[in-house]
Amino acid sequence: MSENKTKKFTVFPFGPQHPVLPEPLQLKFTVDEERIVEVVPNLGYVHRGIERACELNDYRRNIYLCERICGICNFMHAMSYCETIEKITDAEVPDRARYLRTVWAELSRLQSHLLWLGLFADGMGFESLFMQLWRDREIVLELTEKTAGHRIHLSTCAIGGVRKDMDEKLIAAYRSGLSGLRRKMDAVAPVFRNDRSVKAKTEGKGILPKSRAVHLGAVGPTIRGSGVSQDMRTLGYEAYGELDFTPITYDSEDVYARTQVRLDEVYQSIDLINRALDQMPDGPILSKSTMFPDGTAINRIEQPRGEVFYYVVGNGTIHLERVRIRTPTLPNIPPLLEMLIGHEVADIPPIVLSIDPCISCTERITYVNKEAA
Amino acid sequence: MKTKTKARLKSPWVLHYDCGSCNGCDIEILAALTPKFDAERFGIVNIGDPKQADLLVVTGPANRRNHRVLKRLYDQMPDPKVVMAVGTCASTGGIFHNCPNTLGGIDKVIPVDVYVPGCAARPEQIIDGVVLALQKLSEMSEKEDD
Repeated sequence: MSENKTKKFTVFPFGPQHPVLPEPLQLKFTVDEERIVEVVPNLGYVHRGIERACELNDYRRNIYLCERICGICNFMHAMSYCETIEKITDAEVPDRARYLRTVWAELSRLQSHLLWLGLFADGMGFESLFMQLWRDREIVLELTEKTAGHRIHLSTCAIGGVRKDMDEKLIAAYRSGLSGLRRKMDAVAPVFRNDRSVKAKTEGKGILPKSRAVHLGAVGPTIRGSGVSQDMRTLGYEAYGELDFTPITYDSEDVYARTQVRLDEVYQSIDLINRALDQMPDGPILSKSTMFPDGTAINRIEQPRGEVFYYVVGNGTIHLERVRIRTPTLPNIPPLLEMLIGHEVADIPPIVLSIDPCISCTERITYVNKEAA
Repeated sequence: MKTKTKARLKSPWVLHYDCGSCNGCDIEILAALTPKFDAERFGIVNIGDPKQADLLVVTGPANRRNHRVLKRLYDQMPDPKVVMAVGTCASTGGIFHNCPNTLGGIDKVIPVDVYVPGCAARPEQIIDGVVLALQKLSEMSEKEDD
């Protein structure tokens, strides 16, 4: 750094309000001409204090609060919370409910990945591709609406099962909707795989070597794009153990690899939903438990952005002692800071978007700078 | 109607700021701009620059960190300007009412003209809210012209 002191650098902020990011995240870039020398993240703009509110609420109402940690992977947050409570109370989840949860979790993943592919295209400046992907995404949102009556929040998860069932008509709608989506994706996928301008923006950008990805603790498609086969779905929670699931990995360690992982996962999710609908058994969907949670449990599931970790302590009353949530974007921020170093300013949007930042998930902590205060 | 007012209403430019919502309303705002709902046919364009915007669309409750950013964005916008609170939590605090770091609805920080309820608000509702906001903008604009 001794050389840096004699040179003149420019510092500019990226965010909290920026056209590329729909959410407030601030990155302070130090640049030497066009090259990035240093990146400092600045979080906390959407910190609400949900973990504290989880302790104040009735533990059954927390399902809906956890769902609103993140609107994009809302079902998975509710599912993970319910699973954790079920682990404490030893509740038995009916088989049909396990399959329904799997179907809806994969539907959330489809929605999230299509959203990301669109936003990524927009971040590269490819607006027509963005519009096309968001039009295709409406197919998934229509299925969500047919299931639960709402486009974003499913609110179908309950402790001990699910609150809504799927009839034959709805299953048929799922099948036809998803085969339509697959056809539409077949038209879009070659653009991401082979288009020259997309490749120019993605190939060789934001390199995250395998060893660094493991060392910095990256999760989800970010680490799978660096060739590490890490996916919580291999733990076999809900019905994943019976659906013959293998994680998708790419080895080129750049933005291109992470895009390909997500693109392939769109197809994989469609397959998983179809397989789950084929194998879905009949039976009850909810086993009610009247016991208050008393004990400690942890739970890990795979969200569209990676592993989410829930830790819940119950004390035998209607209120919980502690809820701790670690969401996937937080461990992906240190790798992001490394990826950006040495790249040009024009490469910032695709590289920042390549970890699929979800800031409203991430804001679980606040840093207090004692000296500044 | 004067030319200036006519021009403002023909193509209102929208500045979107996420105050701390769950992203549900944000993705619905974006969905309102994309082909199925296509708010651009009314001339509504999403712009990242407060200095060129007529309409501030805010999602999520104000909190102790971002209320300054929100105030600054509002102050940077030229008059006449209209503020729209999208979603229940932007209007009243909603499900986050008892979170320790939130202040409640954004009307605690800046004056709000149009409230759009819903968790998350649907794209149709958002477009409806923009139409209401445009009426307000037209009144303000005519007053300024006089």
